[in-house]
Amino acid sequence: MPSRPTNTPERSPAQSGAKPLLEVSDLRVSYGAVTAIHGVSLSVAAGEVVALLGANGAGKSTMLRTISGLSRPRSGRISLGGEAIHRLPPARIVRLGIAHCPEGRRVFGSLSVAENLRLGAAARAERSGMAEDRERIYAMFPILRERMTQSAGTLSGGEQQMLALGRALMARPKVLLLDEPSLGLAPLLVQQIFRTLAELKAQGVTMLLVEQNINLALALADRAYVLRTGEVSLAGSAAELQADYEKVAAAYLGARP
Amino acid sequence: MNGSRRILLVGVAIAVMAAFSFTAPAMMNDYFVRIITVMCINAMLVISMGLANGFTGVFSLGHMGFVAVGAYVSGVLALSDQAKASYLPDLPGWIAAIHLGYLSSTLVAALVCVVLAFLVGAPLLRLSGHFVSVATLGFLIIVNVVLVNADDYTRGARTFTGVPLQTNLPWAMGWLLLSLVILARVVYSPKGRAWRAVREDTIAAQAIGIDVLPTRLSAFVIGAFFAGAGGSLYGHYLGSFSPSSFYFAYTFSLISMLVIGGMQSLTGALIGVILVSVLSELLRNLERGFDLGFVTVPPLYGASQIALGVIFILIMIFRPSGIMGDLELSFGRIAALLHTLLHKGQKGTNT
Amino acid sequence: MNLGLYITQQVINAIALGSLYALVAIGLSMIFGILRMANFAHGDMMMVGGFGTLVLQATGIGFGWAAVGGIAIGALCGVIVERVAYRPVRGSPEVTLLLTSFAVTYILENLGILIFTSSAHNFPLPDWMDNAFQFSDGQITFTQINILTVVLTAVALAGLGWFVTRTDLGLGMRAAAEDMGAAHLVGLDVNRLIIVAFAIASGFAGLGGVLWAAQSGVVSYSMGFTPLLKAFVAAIIGGFGSIAGALLGGYLLGALEILIVAFLPAEVSPYRDAIVFALLIAFLLFRPNGLLKRAQEVKL
Repeated sequence: MPSRPTNTPERSPAQSGAKPLLEVSDLRVSYGAVTAIHGVSLSVAAGEVVALLGANGAGKSTMLRTISGLSRPRSGRISLGGEAIHRLPPARIVRLGIAHCPEGRRVFGSLSVAENLRLGAAARAERSGMAEDRERIYAMFPILRERMTQSAGTLSGGEQQMLALGRALMARPKVLLLDEPSLGLAPLLVQQIFRTLAELKAQGVTMLLVEQNINLALALADRAYVLRTGEVSLAGSAAELQADYEKVAAAYLGARP
Repeated sequence: MNGSRRILLVGVAIAVMAAFSFTAPAMMNDYFVRIITVMCINAMLVISMGLANGFTGVFSLGHMGFVAVGAYVSGVLALSDQAKASYLPDLPGWIAAIHLGYLSSTLVAALVCVVLAFLVGAPLLRLSGHFVSVATLGFLIIVNVVLVNADDYTRGARTFTGVPLQTNLPWAMGWLLLSLVILARVVYSPKGRAWRAVREDTIAAQAIGIDVLPTRLSAFVIGAFFAGAGGSLYGHYLGSFSPSSFYFAYTFSLISMLVIGGMQSLTGALIGVILVSVLSELLRNLERGFDLGFVTVPPLYGASQIALGVIFILIMIFRPSGIMGDLELSFGRIAALLHTLLHKGQKGTNT
Repeated sequence: MNLGLYITQQVINAIALGSLYALVAIGLSMIFGILRMANFAHGDMMMVGGFGTLVLQATGIGFGWAAVGGIAIGALCGVIVERVAYRPVRGSPEVTLLLTSFAVTYILENLGILIFTSSAHNFPLPDWMDNAFQFSDGQITFTQINILTVVLTAVALAGLGWFVTRTDLGLGMRAAAEDMGAAHLVGLDVNRLIIVAFAIASGFAGLGGVLWAAQSGVVSYSMGFTPLLKAFVAAIIGGFGSIAGALLGGYLLGALEILIVAFLPAEVSPYRDAIVFALLIAFLLFRPNGLLKRAQEVKL
C-alpha cells in the first residue's frame, strides 16, 4: 500500500460542503463527429488537489484542454469562482487565473529559461511582483537559475518540466492544471517533481492533476476521479481509492467486478 | 448504367458537340464563337491544371510554364518560311528547315512539354506543400526568363507573330473532348483512385503501398501534355503573343477558374471556366464606363480584375472546395436524376 | 582598372542590394513563422509604401515625413489585409492560404492600376539625396541613397532586435512562431501578436519600397513583384520562418546577384534571375530548411 507524506492535511471539501473554485458541469466535448467527453462533472475546491485518472484516450487531456479554452465544449458549463469560462478565449481564461502545464511540457525551446518564465507572466492581471515571483521560482528550482540564459531546448526532460511548472506558476494561477508531469521522466526526477508539487500544495496551490502514475497521484491528491471513454466511472477521496485498488483498476478498464 | 448505354450516350453527346461546333459560326455572332473557342481552350488548360493540382494534393504554380513552351515550340515550327526569315533571322538552320502543320506542331509541342515535365517533376514533386508551389513558381519564372532572353528563337520580349490562325471552334472543342475523355478515364480508374488517395492522406497512401512520386509525376506529366497542346491552340488562336501572355495574369485567371468551380471535380473545372469567362467579359465591358441615367460611371480599368479577386477570396472563405465541391456531374448521375424525375409518380420500384 | 577598387565597389553595391532584399525577406519570414503561410501579397506593401510616400509628398510635407507616412500606410495596409482576407481563412490548408494571398496580390496590383494607372510614376527625391561621394577618381562611388539604405536598414534591424528580445510582445511573437499551441496555453493574445507581426513586416516592406523607389527613381504598380520573388529566395535560403535566416539570405542573395552581373561574362547577366531561381530550386531539393534552421519538416 502506498504511503502518504505525513504533513499533508486530511481534507475532503466535497464532504465538508466548501464551495468549489473550479466547477465542471455535464461537459460534452466532440472533435468533429467523435464525442470525446460524454457529460462529465467534477469540481475542485480552493486549496485542493484533485487527480484525474484514466487510461490513454479516456479523455483526460481533452478535459484540461477544454478547461483552458483550447477546445470549445458542445454543451455543459465550466466556471471559475462562479463565473462561466467555457466560452472565453484561452488568453482570457489565463488572465482569470487558470494556468495549464501541458503534456510534453511544451517549453519554448528557442527562448531562454528566463524568457520562458517571463512569458508565463505575460497574460496575468497583476503586473507587479514579477521579479519576486521569478526569484521564488529560482529558489524552488535552483537548476533553472543556473541555466537562466540557456535556451530551453538545451534543457533535459526533467529541467524542462520544472521550467514548464515554473512558467505556469508565473501566472499566479488560482488553479493549476497539470497534464502528465511524470511523462517521460526518470523515476528520480519524477519523485523530485512530486516533492515540489507537495510543497506547492502545502502553500495552498489548487491543482487539477492528470497523471498516469496512479500511486503518486493518489499520494498527492485529496480527491480523485477516474475517467473511462469520456465518462466518470469512479470518484472519491484519495484515501478511499488507495484503499480499494481493484476498484480503481476496474474503473480504469471497465471490467465488471 | 451499363457500358453500352453509356457509350451510346457519350457518342451522342460528342456528335451533338461536333455538330454544334461546325454550325455555330454560321448561327451566331463571331464574337460569341470566339468566346466559346477560348473557353474551350481554357477549359482544357484548367482541367489539366486541376489534374496536376487538385487530384494530387500539391499545388503547382508552374503550369503556365508548359503552356508557354507549347505556344512557342509550336509557333516556331508552324511559321511560314517568309515569317521565319523576317521575324527569326537567327534561328538555327535545322529548326528553320522544319515545317509542321497544325496538328503535328501541336503534338510536337505537347511531347516537348512531356519531356520537360519529367525533368522538372522528378526532383520537384518530392517536396511538400508550399515548397512545391514555390519551386514550380521558380520553374515558371525560369521559363519566362529563358523565353525573354533567347532572342534568336523567340524574339525575346517583343511580340512573336506570324502564327497561322488555325484554331477554330471544332479544333478547340475536339481537343477539349479528347482531354475530358482521357482525364475522366484516368481519374475514375483504379489509378485515379490511387491519385486521390495520395491527395487525401499522403502518409496513409504510402502505408498501403502507393508510391507517391510516380503517382504525382504521372498526373503532372499528363497535365503538362495538355498544357502544351493548349498553349499551341492558344498560340494559333492569337496569332501573336509574347512571354508575358503566359505569365502571372493568365496563371491567376486559370487558378480562379479552377478554384471557383471546384478543384476536385472535372465538372467543377468546366463550370469555373464558364463562370469566370462570362463574368470577366461582362465586367470588362463595364470597365469602359457606363451610363446609369442619373449617374455616369467613369472608366475603371482594373476593376473587373479586382472584382474577380474579391470573389476568389470569398470562395476561399466560405466555400473553399469551390462551387461543385467534390461532386461530379457524371452521365450516371444525370441519368439517375432524370430517371427519378420521370418515374416519380409511378408505383413500384426497380432496384 | 584596379581590381581591388572594382571589388570594393561591388561590395558596396552588394550590401545596398542585400539590405533591400533583407528588409523584404524578414517580413516574409516573420509572417511565415507565425502563420505558416507564404504571403504573396507581401511585395505589394513595397508599392503601398512607395505610392504612399509619393502622394504625401505631393501635399508638400517634405520627403522625410512623407516617407515615414508612406511606411506607416504600408504597415496599416498589411494589418487590414490580415484582418479582412487572412484571418477568416486561418487554420485552412496551406493551399487555401497560398491562393488567398495570390488573390490579394492580384487585387492590390489592380487597385494600383486603377488609382495610379499602369504607367510608372516619377519618384522625386529631395536635392540632398542626389549627392554621391566619389573616391579614387570616380572608381568608387557611394551614393547618398546607398548610405541611407544601409543606415536605415541597420536602424530597422536594431529596432527589431530590441523588440523581439526586450518586449513582451516581441517575445510573444517568437514564442508563437515556435509553438502556436503553447502560446495559446500560456495565455498570449495570439490575434494581437499576429497583427503586430503584420504591421512590422509590412512596415519593413514599405521601407524597402521607399528605398527601392529612391534607387530606381520610379514607382509603379508592379514594383513589388520581382523583389517579392527574390525575397522568397532569400528567406528560403536562410531558412524560411527565421528572421536571422532572412537577414543572412538577403545579403547572400544581394552578393550573388552582384557577383553574377559583375564578374561573369556579359552573356550570362540577362539570365541572372533564372540562375537565382535555379539556386532556389536547388536549395528546396537539398536543403529545404535553409542554412540556419535545423531539419524539422517532413519532406515528402
